[in-house]
Amino acid sequence: MAKKTYHDGAVSGARRVVDAALIVLLTALCLLWIYPVILILINSLKLETAISTATVFTLPTSETFVGLANYVHGVTQMNFLSSFGYSVIITVTSVALIILCCSMCAWYITRVNILASKLMYLLCAFSMVVPFQMVMFTLAKTADTLKLNTPFNICIIYLGFGAGLAVFMFTGFMKSVPLAIEEAAMIDGCNPLQIFFKVVFPILKPTAISTAILETMWVWNDYLLPTLVLDIKKYRTIPMAIQYFRGSYGRVEMGPMMACIMITVIPIIILYLACQKYIIEGVVAGAVKG
Amino acid sequence: MENAIKKYWPVFLLPTLAAFIIGFIWPFLWGIYLSFHKFITVSKTTFVGLDNYIKVFQDATFVEAFWFTARFTIVSTILINIFAFALALTLTRGLRGTNAFRTVFFLPNLIGGIVLGYIWQILLNGLLTNLGLPLLALDARYGFWGLIILMCWQQIGYMMIIYIAGLQNVPGDLIEAASIDGATSFQTLIKVKLPMVMPSVTICTFLTLTNSFKLFDQNLALTGGEPAKASQMLALNIYDTFYARAGAQWKGIGQAKAVVFFLLVISISLVQLYFTRRKEVQQ
Repeated sequence: MAKKTYHDGAVSGARRVVDAALIVLLTALCLLWIYPVILILINSLKLETAISTATVFTLPTSETFVGLANYVHGVTQMNFLSSFGYSVIITVTSVALIILCCSMCAWYITRVNILASKLMYLLCAFSMVVPFQMVMFTLAKTADTLKLNTPFNICIIYLGFGAGLAVFMFTGFMKSVPLAIEEAAMIDGCNPLQIFFKVVFPILKPTAISTAILETMWVWNDYLLPTLVLDIKKYRTIPMAIQYFRGSYGRVEMGPMMACIMITVIPIIILYLACQKYIIEGVVAGAVKG
Repeated sequence: MENAIKKYWPVFLLPTLAAFIIGFIWPFLWGIYLSFHKFITVSKTTFVGLDNYIKVFQDATFVEAFWFTARFTIVSTILINIFAFALALTLTRGLRGTNAFRTVFFLPNLIGGIVLGYIWQILLNGLLTNLGLPLLALDARYGFWGLIILMCWQQIGYMMIIYIAGLQNVPGDLIEAASIDGATSFQTLIKVKLPMVMPSVTICTFLTLTNSFKLFDQNLALTGGEPAKASQMLALNIYDTFYARAGAQWKGIGQAKAVVFFLLVISISLVQLYFTRRKEVQQ
């Protein structure tokens, strides 16, 4: 026993050294982790002629520092504000529609035990594995025919394509919700719509937040679907604008380009720091259900 | 109660179902149909049987893209999972600053693929130039490792979060029991923690495998398939076949490639789920 205590003491001493070493290592790794973003930030403040592949790593001097000039140039040339607007419209309408319709659908298919419900559930699970390339060509054609090719209608396509994950997550949670509360509401004279919005939806709220976060991460960053569906000359979301900005000039202007990257990244970082807790919970919930 | 809800199907079920048919079921079925046809516009198609599929395998760029994708998927899946698990283990020791570290490692995940691709292109090209090596777009080997680094940077944080959640669910009395029985910390890791987090391993390998295999945005932005399609992955190859090649049959072949791609993704997922699920223990 005495030997054991001595052993423990040695371990905790060694452990303290290991822990300190790990903290140093992790700090170094973290700096390395954010370095790419810092590099872009530094370069976005430099004079256009001072940016080349050979000089990316040099810091701006008093001659090459241009302040926010690249930002002004980039924003006007890329028409960044309208892109930002389109991205916001598409993301907000799509995610709101997905949460509303899919939670209703999930409640229906868990509470009504018919073949169609089971089929719907299986198809939703199946659609999550299918790669987008499988449907991209025909989906773009269908969207054109049905006039779903504007930033205001594209949310219907996002509802169809995002339904898989959302229905899957909501049904996973619905199964653990007891029927008794809903039955009590029914006896009190509520119709199914009232039951859903007054009783079920408030219970679903944590899942709704998780799902909304996962779907937002997807829609906001999605490049290929809007590129194929929307008319690139009229409407450009942020990822489309960045890709277009780069592809349309003979020589890419690096300064404004990097400024645009920074304006895209900064709001994401702020939003992330503000609601980090929900985002991480959302990821964990999504993984457990998936 | 069931019957009362059942009557409300136009409100509850129909919107999602309609959008799901428009956005997924119809394009999916139509895609399978078109893969057996030759067409320039979809209004005029001719049936060609398995001709498109035969041409898919005769297309050297597709076969090359397949091997590139396969190598990429294997290397990235292994690296991401090892690093993510190692980070999760270090971040569940109760170190000071754990939350800050977790925040930083997860961050790249929220940035979209296109933007990530350009950030790394600038960084890696700068690095290669300063080392006197050819640029990313000139040598597919650098393109390959560039994509691996980018993918690790983006995905390690996400998988780490899932592994942390798994490790936190391992009951403390199990670990205590192991240490009373005299297990070293390495034995505890292999014999107790690892079997207990197998569900997380299943999920993470599934996600990394499918994400890597289906990679598109990062590939397009980082290398664009350069040089001469040597760093092109399957998803980009299919896109390229549809929209960058002129000629009567390429759209049909592109759709056939998409069907082959879909079958590959499905089989890989099923095989992987079968093997890792077997290793899971009852909690």
